[in-house]
Amino acid sequence: MTVSDPKHDVPEGAREKDQITTDPSNPSERMRAGSMTLTLAPWVIATVVLIFLPMFFTNNSTLTIMNQMSITIVFALAYNMLLGQGGMLSFGHAVYAGVGGFACMHIMNMSDFFETIPLVILPVFGGLFGMGLAMIVGSFSTRSAGTVFAMISLGVGELIAACSVIIVAFFGGEEGISGDRTYAQPFFGVEFLQQIEVYYLTIAWLVISAALMYLWSRTPVGRMANAVRDNPERAQFLGYSARWVRYYSFIASGFFCGIAGGLFAINYEILTEENLNTASSGVILLVTFLGGVGFFFGPIIGAIAFTLLQTVLSLSTELWAFYAGTLFVATVMFFPGGLAGLIMMHVPAFKLGKASGLVMPYIKTLLPGAIGLLGLAALVEMTFHFRHAATGDVEMTLFWTTFNSHEVLPWIIAGAVTVIGLGIAKVTAPSLKEAWNEANTAGGAS
Amino acid sequence: MDLILVNLIDGLVTGLLLFMLSAGLTLIFSMMGVLNFAHASFYMLGAYFAYQISLALGFWMGLLIAPIVVGVLGAGVERYGLRRVHQYGHVPELIFTFGLALLIEEMVQFVWGKNQMAYSVPEVLNFTAFAISGNSIPAYKIFMIFTSIAIFIGLLYILTKTRVGMIIQAALSYPRTVEALGHNVPLIFMGVFGVGTALAGLAGVIAGPVLGTFPGMAFVLGSIVFVTIVIGGLGSLWGALVASLLIGWITTFAKSYNIEMEDVLNSIGISTPENLSDSVFRDFWSLTSPQIADILPYILMVLILIFRPAGLFGKRQS
Repeated sequence: MTVSDPKHDVPEGAREKDQITTDPSNPSERMRAGSMTLTLAPWVIATVVLIFLPMFFTNNSTLTIMNQMSITIVFALAYNMLLGQGGMLSFGHAVYAGVGGFACMHIMNMSDFFETIPLVILPVFGGLFGMGLAMIVGSFSTRSAGTVFAMISLGVGELIAACSVIIVAFFGGEEGISGDRTYAQPFFGVEFLQQIEVYYLTIAWLVISAALMYLWSRTPVGRMANAVRDNPERAQFLGYSARWVRYYSFIASGFFCGIAGGLFAINYEILTEENLNTASSGVILLVTFLGGVGFFFGPIIGAIAFTLLQTVLSLSTELWAFYAGTLFVATVMFFPGGLAGLIMMHVPAFKLGKASGLVMPYIKTLLPGAIGLLGLAALVEMTFHFRHAATGDVEMTLFWTTFNSHEVLPWIIAGAVTVIGLGIAKVTAPSLKEAWNEANTAGGAS
Repeated sequence: MDLILVNLIDGLVTGLLLFMLSAGLTLIFSMMGVLNFAHASFYMLGAYFAYQISLALGFWMGLLIAPIVVGVLGAGVERYGLRRVHQYGHVPELIFTFGLALLIEEMVQFVWGKNQMAYSVPEVLNFTAFAISGNSIPAYKIFMIFTSIAIFIGLLYILTKTRVGMIIQAALSYPRTVEALGHNVPLIFMGVFGVGTALAGLAGVIAGPVLGTFPGMAFVLGSIVFVTIVIGGLGSLWGALVASLLIGWITTFAKSYNIEMEDVLNSIGISTPENLSDSVFRDFWSLTSPQIADILPYILMVLILIFRPAGLFGKRQS
């Protein structure tokens, strides 16, 4: 490796375009912060992809998964308005989505009123109810950020979740509340009887909410939320009340959570205590953090990845929550930027045109590493089967092979795969690191 | 009158149990400024380890060994997990402990399964200590009370009277100065974390037989412990004690006296509406105190945070 000038260690080309702040003296940059031209393309592409996806995945179960994904995306984006953009960690955020959903459910059951509105605007009511709750709770919880905010959110979350079995009139007790979306006024003749119609409703709301949340993050309030997150004292010194900035973020987040809840109500036509409890709040935190809180599109990636993971893994193993938990802790410890952070790490290499040099080292390290991890997972599954399967049930199926988990041979194979896979990954890791440094250094060999 | 005495004892048991958890948690908080979400998970691990040990060596060895194992695990978590995440700031630390709590629950299910373990009170303590007008008080409750009080006195003695305690207290307030004086502050932090989790483990060992040893036990107690230290004031040992006892007694009394909301409202001059079953507030009117006993701590916490954000005994606002 050539020793380069320290000035060039930060890739020049990458730096200028990455800057968020603009230089007002430069006319070409003056409008960039407000301009949509730079960022319009991904939105259009995403919308087109969403519209045409059902042509390729026609069966209903896939549509259900995609609906689930869209709802999670809206929810995770709303959550990230607090966590990523405002620096507020909420442990009870399912409550706002849940209350919005319950409100929508009640509107569905008020047949006189429900007949007069089209179903497509129902999520707005969910949003308004979520926002109303956020206004009440936020009035005292946003006074401080950090631990105190997290604790209040946890307390309020637990409180409302516990109320769901007490206040039966609103939350429906143990069995929850169910309704029928088709009683709404037909929307241009569409009665939303079929899954595909609900899909288009959901993605319409997904695109609208995501765009609004993105625009929100570009407004002065959204920008101030970032400032308050990073340095509340300094923001206050500039004359902004940190508390009010947090309060506005909180209310906006509550609104979009409520929309997610409304979409949930439309999709599943039932809401129960499960939509409110701490477990759901934990899941949304997991999704958002996995995707990456530092970038706007992080939660989107997180929601897609998590929903796929959940669907695929929960079909094939009982231990999927264990793997998800492991993945989560590993993310927090080693990649606090999440998946989005991992992706954005590669931008400088692409800008320098050296990304192709990374492909081979990646294959050399990550492929054996992945195989080793699969071997490890096989060991975990076999241990689980060995301990917990019914007595006499010694057969298990793993990676499309059926074998006897009480014999030694499968254990040796899985162990060997693990050791060899991880071993190769460990041996090749230094050369990957070298290639990484090389790819992120301007000038040099190329 | 007799019932009050019985409830006082029951509430004391619950409160002291809570205190064993919240004492460690509040110490860890004042040290690292981060709430350890996984604290109740260590309590659960204590119960499971003690169960496993008691199968082979009996209850008393479990009582002795399990907290030590939990403490070592806790120290390991601090050394290899939290210390690494610390550089990213407080919010990732909270998220890390939250993830750890999830992971520990999954691991426990992985190893021991989802069913409740047959971890029971040892034979020696399985008798009635005394009875108050027909309500028998098991000896195990008395044992729990004395163990907790002994722990509290021991902790207080070590923290305030010994040299080690002095250094710990100093390190909590002025870590840099203490480091400059030649003490290994990271080691102290690791030790305090270990001892805190060991206390939680001990609480698990003695609570497991009465409250049940099952994968959800951390979740049941976990959030109550946070509520306790928030009410008591983050970082205050006395606050943790007072809040624990308060919560213990409030929930116990609310459960054993059936106070109905209707009676309360009538007695302050609001009359019951005519057609109660149609009213939207019907659930509010038919509330009873055993129903809301479990959420009383949360209500108390929200009220405290609104009116006295530093908590009952808290000195500073974080």
